[in-house]
Amino acid sequence: MISFEQLLFYLFAAIIILSAVRVVTVRNPIHAALYLVLTFFTTSALWILLEAEFLAITLVLVYVGAVMVLFLFVIMMLDIDIAEMREGFVSILPLAVVVAVMMVAVMVMVVGPHHFGLEIYPAAVRHAADYSNTRDLGSVLYTVYLYPFEIAAVILLVAIVAAISLTHRRRPDVVTQRIEDQVAVTKSERLKVIEMKAEERR
Amino acid sequence: MVELSDFLIVAAILFSISMAGIFINRKNLIVLLMCIELMLLAVNINFVAFSHYLGDNSGQIFVFFILTVAAAEAAIGLALLVVLFRNRQTINVANLDQLKG
Repeated sequence: MISFEQLLFYLFAAIIILSAVRVVTVRNPIHAALYLVLTFFTTSALWILLEAEFLAITLVLVYVGAVMVLFLFVIMMLDIDIAEMREGFVSILPLAVVVAVMMVAVMVMVVGPHHFGLEIYPAAVRHAADYSNTRDLGSVLYTVYLYPFEIAAVILLVAIVAAISLTHRRRPDVVTQRIEDQVAVTKSERLKVIEMKAEERR
Repeated sequence: MVELSDFLIVAAILFSISMAGIFINRKNLIVLLMCIELMLLAVNINFVAFSHYLGDNSGQIFVFFILTVAAAEAAIGLALLVVLFRNRQTINVANLDQLKG
């Protein structure tokens, strides 16, 4: 008999795998990005099943909300020749499928029920209704993992600086105000004192 | 009950799909970046599953950091992509042979 939880798990797993297959096989990159959104969203549902509520919400907010919108932005900004991109798609597909199937087969041998089944890793005890996953993570994140947390903040800062400095460009043909030149100006460049004879008063 | 191995197998399948995706979409840089995101997601599923079944929160903390690094990587990768397109008018990986490697 299949329980409700198992039913949900298999439903979500099927959606994840099908949409991931669509991500890598679909012709249009915009469709690929949208299928990737579906994959992320369903994975966050899977994480809710695993009682990782904070990360599930983070995945939706950060990935679906920010990263995938960035992807869509860039895809729509660039003018991509899809036909040229698909060159060699069919010829390499059988090899890729064979490699992927073999990888799955080998990995299932390692992580299959024989090694990670319910007898070895019994189902975790469900937390009570008043359990807060966010509070639990926060109490560890801001104490034990404080330095990694600060390093993560620095990494994000570096990413901001790198992204801006990479894409920012000075266009020589556009007239702009050069503030540094305006500030560095001296009195002698702008002010000319002319010696002249005073006129007689009438 | 759902077993730990079920989650691990889903993650393994997801990882293999994204690896095959890197093979078959090897010309399209944007889809390559998406495949890398999928791989990281597969690893994150493993972390969360182990964290739940072992009753240890550290796995979820690691996922938090992986999400941070992945977001930074996506931002820089897409910035590079935009610069590349601006200079070459293409993002076809086959055309990027200036270094003659």
